[in-house]
Amino acid sequence: MSKVRVLVGTKKGAFLLTSDGKRKEWEVAGPHFGGWEMYHLKGSPADPNRLYASQSSGWFGQLIQRSNDGGKTWEPVGNKFAYEGEVGTHQHYDGTPRPWEFKRVWHLEPSLTDPDTVYAGVEDAAIFRSIDGGQTWQELPGLRGHDSGSRWQPGAGGMCLHTILLDPSDAARIFVAISAAGAFRTDDGGQTWWPINRGLRSEFMPDQTAEVGHCVHRIAMHRSRPNVLFMQKHWDVMRSDDAGDTWREVSGNLPTDFGFVIDVHAHEPETIYVVPIKSDSEHYPPEGKLRVYRSRTGGQEWEALTKGLPQSDCYVNVLRDAMAIDSLDSCGVYFGTTGGQVYASSDAGDTWAPIVRDLPAVVSVEVQTLP
Amino acid sequence: MIRVILPAHLRMLARVSGEVQLDVEGPVTQRSILNALEARYPMLRGTIRDHVTQQRRPFVRFFACEQDLSHESPDAPLPDAVATGAEPFLLVGAIAGG
Repeated sequence: MSKVRVLVGTKKGAFLLTSDGKRKEWEVAGPHFGGWEMYHLKGSPADPNRLYASQSSGWFGQLIQRSNDGGKTWEPVGNKFAYEGEVGTHQHYDGTPRPWEFKRVWHLEPSLTDPDTVYAGVEDAAIFRSIDGGQTWQELPGLRGHDSGSRWQPGAGGMCLHTILLDPSDAARIFVAISAAGAFRTDDGGQTWWPINRGLRSEFMPDQTAEVGHCVHRIAMHRSRPNVLFMQKHWDVMRSDDAGDTWREVSGNLPTDFGFVIDVHAHEPETIYVVPIKSDSEHYPPEGKLRVYRSRTGGQEWEALTKGLPQSDCYVNVLRDAMAIDSLDSCGVYFGTTGGQVYASSDAGDTWAPIVRDLPAVVSVEVQTLP
Repeated sequence: MIRVILPAHLRMLARVSGEVQLDVEGPVTQRSILNALEARYPMLRGTIRDHVTQQRRPFVRFFACEQDLSHESPDAPLPDAVATGAEPFLLVGAIAGG
């Protein structure tokens, strides 16, 4: 019988939640790395026992941990993230130039085919790759070296590269998203990159449709249709049907078009999920009601999913890497909150129940579907 | 023999308990102690000083003989008591943060 393993990163450690295919009874393991900020954990699609974790603290900097046994034991691997070549400048919040400085790893994306190859999205924004299981890391400098790099600016959470999507049909194509520079794509395995932000409009920018500067919070794709991308931007839910070349808004009837997460149903490529959040700058659910919104039409028409979720006095946030979807039938949907709850639905969002209620603030949620 | 006391998180990372004892070749300085420490425990690289700049992390301090030596040159000789092992060299994480 299939199993699922949910990997939860929090502000004070990592937790592994496991269940059988029914997803009703859960085992909670952790905290691993107690006291450390665990921005992200993710398993290799090619070897589900190979896990990577980003561990950091304001005291001791960045570490990368690797597990070869599904998270039972861990070993620290390489943590040297050195920018390639001349380190130029980007714009600081106030518009003045500021040298690029490595701060932390926000996101780890293992290769779809090789357990030893993994990508890291970092702050200040850049993408690194390891081909030796995380022992050494090399920047793909073509991204940061794009002509627009000197004009990139941080979002409120820092200038972070937080989303990496690998195209399952084309090993040379990768999508990334940076707050607050926007979305970018490479078609040559990471040597050259270009912005894919046409159609985005951001009111906080002097040129609202500029090539870069958009605060993209998250992008998602269904692996069967890698040319169709969905985006939760700072404001606006967007959709592209041409691999990011152009975007159109699909916020439709959402109560607010601000939010962080967005994800796609495992078996229905036109079914997508968001969690609307009130902004600027409250960053909690509208009316104190925690609602996941589902669209079965690829956007524009949305329904609120509320069964099992708190519908009064709820003022938590759901951060950009804190939603995941398993591939069982029917698919499970998971998300974590800054209040320490991890909610699960085993029926594609129709009903929800908390797996755990009282973890530290949840930063990231990933799920593995295991044989 | 140089005695080094690590903060709890780094002891856990290096999988040691209590003091660490190191042989340091040449002059005993912050740099030579950290070089020897990182050679013995490679997982500590980057946690005490930055990989690239080799600057001490701001929330880590170096104490010995009841003195804060954090702002001394990394190549300045440390007190004889540290060099002889009479006193430990302490790496201390700041009491700060949430």
